[in-house]
Amino acid sequence: MRDFLQTLKSAPPTAWFGMAVIATMALVAVFAPLIAPYGETQIVGAQYEPWSEAFLLGTDNLGRDMFSRLVFGTRNTVGLALLATAIAFGIGSVLGIVAAVLGGLVDRILSRIIDIIMAIPSLILALMLLTIVGASIASMIFVIALIYVAPVFRLARASAQSVVVMDYIEAARLRGEGLGWLVVKEVLPNIASTLVAEFGLRFCFVFLFIAALSFLGLGIQPPTADWGSMLKENATLISFGDITPLLPAAAIALLTVSVNFVVDWMLHRSSGLKD
Amino acid sequence: MDGGQKTNSLLLTIRDLSIEGRSSNGWTRLVDSIDLDLHRGEVLGLIGESGAGKSTLGLASMGYTRDGCRIVSGSIRFDGLDLVGCGERVRQDLRGKRIAYVAQSAAASFNPAYRLIQQHCEVPVVKGVMTSAEAQADAIELYTKMRLPTPNEIGFRYPHQVSGGQLQRTMTAMAMACRPDLIIFDEPTTALDVTTQVEVLAAIRNIVEQFGTAAIYISHDLAVVAQMADRIMVLKNGRLVEVAETRTMLAAPREDYTKSLWAVRTLAREAEAPSDAGATPVVSLCGVDAAYGSAKVLHDVSFDIHSGRTVAVVGESGSGKSTVARVISGLLQPTRGEVRFEGRALAPGYLARGRDDLRHVQMIYQMPDTALNPRQTIRDIIGRPVEFYLGLKGRAKEERIHALLDQIELDPKTYIDRRPTELSGGQKQRIGIARALAAEPKFIICDEVTSALDQLVAAGILKLLARVQKEFDLALMFITHDLATVKAVADEVVVMQQGRVVEQGPVGTVFSAPANDYTKRLLESVPEMDPEWLDRQIGARRSA
Amino acid sequence: MGKIWILVGERLALGLVTLIVVSALIFVGVELLPGDLAQQILGQSATPETVAAFRRELGLDQPAVYRYLHWLAGVAHGEFGNSLANGRPISDLLAVRLKNTLFLASFAAAISVPTALFLGVMAALYRNSIFDRLCNVVALTWVSLPEFFVAYVLVLFLAVRVALFPAISSIDAEMSLAEMLYRSFLPALTLMLVVIAHMMRMTRAAIINVLASPYVEMARLKGLSRLRVVLFHALPNALAPIINVVALNLAYLVVGVVVVEVVFVYPGLGQLLVDAVTNRDVMVVQSVGLVFAAAYILLNLLADILSIVTNPRLMNQR
Repeated sequence: MRDFLQTLKSAPPTAWFGMAVIATMALVAVFAPLIAPYGETQIVGAQYEPWSEAFLLGTDNLGRDMFSRLVFGTRNTVGLALLATAIAFGIGSVLGIVAAVLGGLVDRILSRIIDIIMAIPSLILALMLLTIVGASIASMIFVIALIYVAPVFRLARASAQSVVVMDYIEAARLRGEGLGWLVVKEVLPNIASTLVAEFGLRFCFVFLFIAALSFLGLGIQPPTADWGSMLKENATLISFGDITPLLPAAAIALLTVSVNFVVDWMLHRSSGLKD
Repeated sequence: MDGGQKTNSLLLTIRDLSIEGRSSNGWTRLVDSIDLDLHRGEVLGLIGESGAGKSTLGLASMGYTRDGCRIVSGSIRFDGLDLVGCGERVRQDLRGKRIAYVAQSAAASFNPAYRLIQQHCEVPVVKGVMTSAEAQADAIELYTKMRLPTPNEIGFRYPHQVSGGQLQRTMTAMAMACRPDLIIFDEPTTALDVTTQVEVLAAIRNIVEQFGTAAIYISHDLAVVAQMADRIMVLKNGRLVEVAETRTMLAAPREDYTKSLWAVRTLAREAEAPSDAGATPVVSLCGVDAAYGSAKVLHDVSFDIHSGRTVAVVGESGSGKSTVARVISGLLQPTRGEVRFEGRALAPGYLARGRDDLRHVQMIYQMPDTALNPRQTIRDIIGRPVEFYLGLKGRAKEERIHALLDQIELDPKTYIDRRPTELSGGQKQRIGIARALAAEPKFIICDEVTSALDQLVAAGILKLLARVQKEFDLALMFITHDLATVKAVADEVVVMQQGRVVEQGPVGTVFSAPANDYTKRLLESVPEMDPEWLDRQIGARRSA
Repeated sequence: MGKIWILVGERLALGLVTLIVVSALIFVGVELLPGDLAQQILGQSATPETVAAFRRELGLDQPAVYRYLHWLAGVAHGEFGNSLANGRPISDLLAVRLKNTLFLASFAAAISVPTALFLGVMAALYRNSIFDRLCNVVALTWVSLPEFFVAYVLVLFLAVRVALFPAISSIDAEMSLAEMLYRSFLPALTLMLVVIAHMMRMTRAAIINVLASPYVEMARLKGLSRLRVVLFHALPNALAPIINVVALNLAYLVVGVVVVEVVFVYPGLGQLLVDAVTNRDVMVVQSVGLVFAAAYILLNLLADILSIVTNPRLMNQR
């Protein structure tokens, strides 16, 4: 615990900023119904009302309270991104480590499949898959998880491979240990920190990706509040010089920047030196 | 070497030099108030173990400190010039022209994008010492002097097309390009095999004498330094231990630390009665061939190892000695022949072997850093085989771990909860031994177990192994390239060259009267603690 | 010398195989569409007879493998079939849209590549200086910004508040080059801002990696000037990774235009794809997907091959 506090103390201002933002957003997501003055899909006024006491950030194209939707959006957008990243991570890292430990044919087959997924640009792949399975929350999570399994697999495999060549893995193999022990007890603890940092980075990508899909009208479907589609729905306001529609996009940017700052600091620490 | 010719003017004087390097917790001293004098034409040996600050001091004599290092105090004067106070431009002009550097790994230090001769000519041409044509002609002449084969052509190759020993000679030639006053040799032969090392040492010494160049020769091997240097400085943790003329130091070292630098050489195996020819050997290899893909690496290898005995397998890189270990442990399946354990054939692959077969054949590895999982505690590392093979749990397991730690002379209370990163190299190697012993094996493979360790620590490990061998009547196989280690631990020796066993027998017999030419050459190539040794070698080769 | 051509040949073959596999996947994907394609297009009210007739017209009564090969052969000749939405030949649509997209991508690349390389080299040379740290923080921030955020901010400030550039980039073939550049300036600027940060970081990393190598230390110990060390000793060896970074970013530029095109209503491939997905015009989705995938695979292939041929160790095989 003392170590942990010591580490926190040594964090640069950028990392502090990042952690503060992440903590705030987490609180907002958890207590969304308590914070938001109105319901998520409740129509409370005329469309495009300006900022006022009643509607902190005005109303949107259907007359719903922008601020409330922004608050609920935290929950929806971030929650969805976390879920998709977690699924991609679970599958990708386990497969990656298994491929590295087993090697041979298993490794080759898995790697080829992943190569092919990686050879198709991800946004195009997502768009095509979504055409096929139709746009819904479940299908989007499935598509994103499928796409992001690939880079996670590659990273997990590469870092596991640098561990697998170590003599202590050979010693464990020669002792007669099974696959489960090798993956969980010998390899995983050594690449955990890399994977955690990667989780942060991938979360950013997934998050931006979902936002882009929603923005294109193919992600989270109305009337659910979501930062990407909120921008799309209210983009007209921008041509009148109003910045309100940019707020959800700014929230997206703020969160990804924060996560990036924290991850960057963690990577620096684990690499030991300044560069 | 001839003291009479030496002009007595000082070339390099270092006074009270301290250098610090940045580490995770602030600045650490790498070099600590060192004084050094070097005369023109003199060769000074710098010797010490890893972390002694030899390279840092060597580079400092060029006025160079690596990134993240700084000179805290002291002065470096080269031929009247103050290398600390003068500008970078002055130092830059000096380097390459008047002070040159030969790096440990020539393979990594030559730029892969250019031909060797282009890199050779760069400094004399850029610094305006010679024209391009002159530099090229001179390069070929220097290659001839360095006794490189085909000196007219070798410079037109790329670094990755030339062997390690030849690269090291090319790099020495490059350092000579501007006929510098001083050359820093930073462990130039450490990465080479012994038989190659002799040739490179002879070539370096020859050219340094011919041009009367002063040199600082850095090495961790006292026997090598003794061949090259007029005077030797011993360093430890950045501090000076002692400095003396080479002969004086070898004959009568003042400090105990200096003596410990050849600790392994002082060990000797007690002679034992030859093994009973009728007894079944613990492990025997019978006509083993093995290959990596289509490349055949072992040809018809056969030898036996009896209980309580140590067999050393020696050879240079590429001799197949490590492959022998992989075949015995089942990591590599032989293409022909078999491995027998107590007379019964073992399954060729480790996956097909029973738990008891796996238990009886244990390994100890070369690099203690990679042999132990850094994320496990000592309790986990030693406890796992105890539980896995012997089924001990809870209290019984804990007691067994304590007993094993006592066995390897580490205090259980202090060490049981530590992780490998909190241990020194020698301690880690002891944990490796404990992990092997935990399986209660009959046979242990020791793969270069002391080559990553400093001499005194290595001697301790060898003594420990000898003790546990006696206690448990173990059969040991030592894979090593170091003949001093063979003398220290082995009863029998198997000499390998290019995947074949060229000679085997009791250590005493093979070493005193080698029957095979390669064995003879290998034995002769090991530097001795005698400054005349290299001269004798060169003499013997010329007359041969 | 021989080995390198074998390596290049291998990559080419692998790229071709990937293309074929991807095309098959795209085809199979569309095959898997729930429900009958003909039924979907004609709607639930269509009589079974008309559906059957339409199936014959689309060739849906043939076996899938035959149709795949037929489609592939058509694609090879530039025949992509007809759009389901408006019945026009897809190849006509593609030709115009592809040209527009490539124009936008090249515009962005022409400015962003030199800028990013310059900034990356400077950041590496003056590592840990204020300039380097500033670059790092800005780049890190920038990589995290969604493209549409950058795009709309530019619109807000450069098109609405100060009307410097048009917010909607409609271009057509009749315009002069200057006019096209002017109209597509905002989308191009958005793309530049998005790729420069990434390319700069990667360039910096590649050079720093080479600067840490023993042969660069050797060059310094040979008393060579800083400039000579960087230009003659570090750069030739950093070339391969840098070329790789550039090619990858070009691939990204071609593919990443989708969102930007939508924001600026730019008549490119991305806009076409998004419209087709919304209308579920599978024939167009299939074709545009294939073109995007092909461009992406080819650029990645180019990156691979260039990094092989610029590697001195591979170039000068004995």
